[in-house]
Amino acid sequence: MEKEYWKWKEYNWKDEDIDWKTGDIISAGVDVGSVSSQAVIMVDGKLFAYSNMRTGSDSPESARKAMDWALENTGLQLKDIQYVVGTGYGRVNVPFANRTITEIACHARGANFMYGPTIRTIIDMGGQDCKAIHCDERGKVTNFLMNDKCAAGTGRGMEVFADLLSVPIEDVGRMSFEVDEEPEPVSSTCVVFAKSEATGLLRKGWHKNKVLAAYCSAMAHRIVTLLERIGVEKDFCITGGIAKNIGVVKRLQKELGVDILETTYDTQIAGALGAALFAKALIEKSRK
Amino acid sequence: MVTAGIDLGAKTIKVIILDNGNILIRKIGLAGFESKKAAEDLFNKALSDTGIKKEEISEIVATGAGKEEVEFATKKVTEVTAGAKGAVFLFPSAKTVIDVGAEEGRSIRCDETGKVIDFAVNEKCAAGAGAFTEAMARALEVKLEEFGRISLKSTKTIPMNAQCAVFAESEVVSLLHAKTPKEDIARAVHDAIASRITSMARKVGFEKDIVLIGGVARNAGFIDSLKREIDMDILIPEEPEFVCALGAALIGKK
Repeated sequence: MEKEYWKWKEYNWKDEDIDWKTGDIISAGVDVGSVSSQAVIMVDGKLFAYSNMRTGSDSPESARKAMDWALENTGLQLKDIQYVVGTGYGRVNVPFANRTITEIACHARGANFMYGPTIRTIIDMGGQDCKAIHCDERGKVTNFLMNDKCAAGTGRGMEVFADLLSVPIEDVGRMSFEVDEEPEPVSSTCVVFAKSEATGLLRKGWHKNKVLAAYCSAMAHRIVTLLERIGVEKDFCITGGIAKNIGVVKRLQKELGVDILETTYDTQIAGALGAALFAKALIEKSRK
Repeated sequence: MVTAGIDLGAKTIKVIILDNGNILIRKIGLAGFESKKAAEDLFNKALSDTGIKKEEISEIVATGAGKEEVEFATKKVTEVTAGAKGAVFLFPSAKTVIDVGAEEGRSIRCDETGKVIDFAVNEKCAAGAGAFTEAMARALEVKLEEFGRISLKSTKTIPMNAQCAVFAESEVVSLLHAKTPKEDIARAVHDAIASRITSMARKVGFEKDIVLIGGVARNAGFIDSLKREIDMDILIPEEPEFVCALGAALIGKK
């Protein structure tokens, strides 16, 4: 079988320093996206464990798998979690969720936790959509804009390119800077047409790194166009899978002329993290 | 008077040589990645097959997305102008021409002489063009010719959520996983592209008679979906992908 370069690695993580048994509030968030799913478990508002995996064709099954994987080796069981919030495109299909909250609200809340209260603009670059969100100092959404109609400027578009050029998706960003000079961006907006354009460039003798550079810069430009419609207020951050692609992030920063805040948290868990924070708030509310 | 029309499209090149309105030859070939050379080769092949010398041709008119690549052309016209001209020549009653090619969809309103009154184009997105059906046929692992045919067997309307060809491909795969019959998926795909083309065409309006041209007019499944969507009859020429080349050759005659 052919190697599938778009297939990014799935993983789980837990904080060895936290003992959940001493915790008071155990909350969780599950984000079932169109491409990836994450489950986040928090103990007293601290990140305790999470998983990140690809969404399968069955959403309830994907939600369950993500949760099981986050729970793995933690000693915790699903019944120990006091409240679960489901979010994302497949949020209605999280069978064990106590309630659902939109991914827009969860991303803003998650970004507020990850980057701090100064965040005002978030661009969430998901697998099949791209959202520009404005929020206040508490992570409450004040305005948003999204593109979910077109693969240009989404993670799925990048996956298609990684496959076309036989480059592991994790290496796309780094390789896109290994060029003598920055090429013009790919001119087609549509991913299908951009693919034909890229094939043409390869035939013309372009190195794949140069084609990657041209595509990363086209994607950065596409995000700038979306952001121009809503405006950028500082501080600014990116969440989602594309935030891990420096080929897009650095070019976006250059074109936008605004600093992009960095975080030590995994940018793909912002939605699930926000959901887990909402879950915590809901537990606290019920206790009052 | 002998004239030639050459239509260098996104995917294929079409050549027509006319002698006073009579078609001497039609040739079609892939544009590939060296479309300039491919166009020249195809044209030379048409010349040698008919025994006509290049000097005997009064005008060589190029059209299509790659018309600038045709260096030996004596004149260039837009695909909109050429499509309307060709369609009205074949069907004098034509007032609306819908042209669906590999990477573009166009809707043209014209008068009885084939003069363009208004038009709308989609060139940005594969969802309203032949590339969409090609990608979906690939995802279903069905040959393109068969894809149109099996669509006619379906009697069920299932809506497609995705507009984008990239997302629709994933959706088609999910539908397959859910054991949806291929013919129902095929119809859903054709309904989706027909609805995209119709909303583009509404910008210029529909006036009878409606003619469908371009390579996608060979797809029986798409024709069926389009007829249902616009609820009007549609005229289809025998060689729909050659209509722009024909129009170009006719313009050369004037």
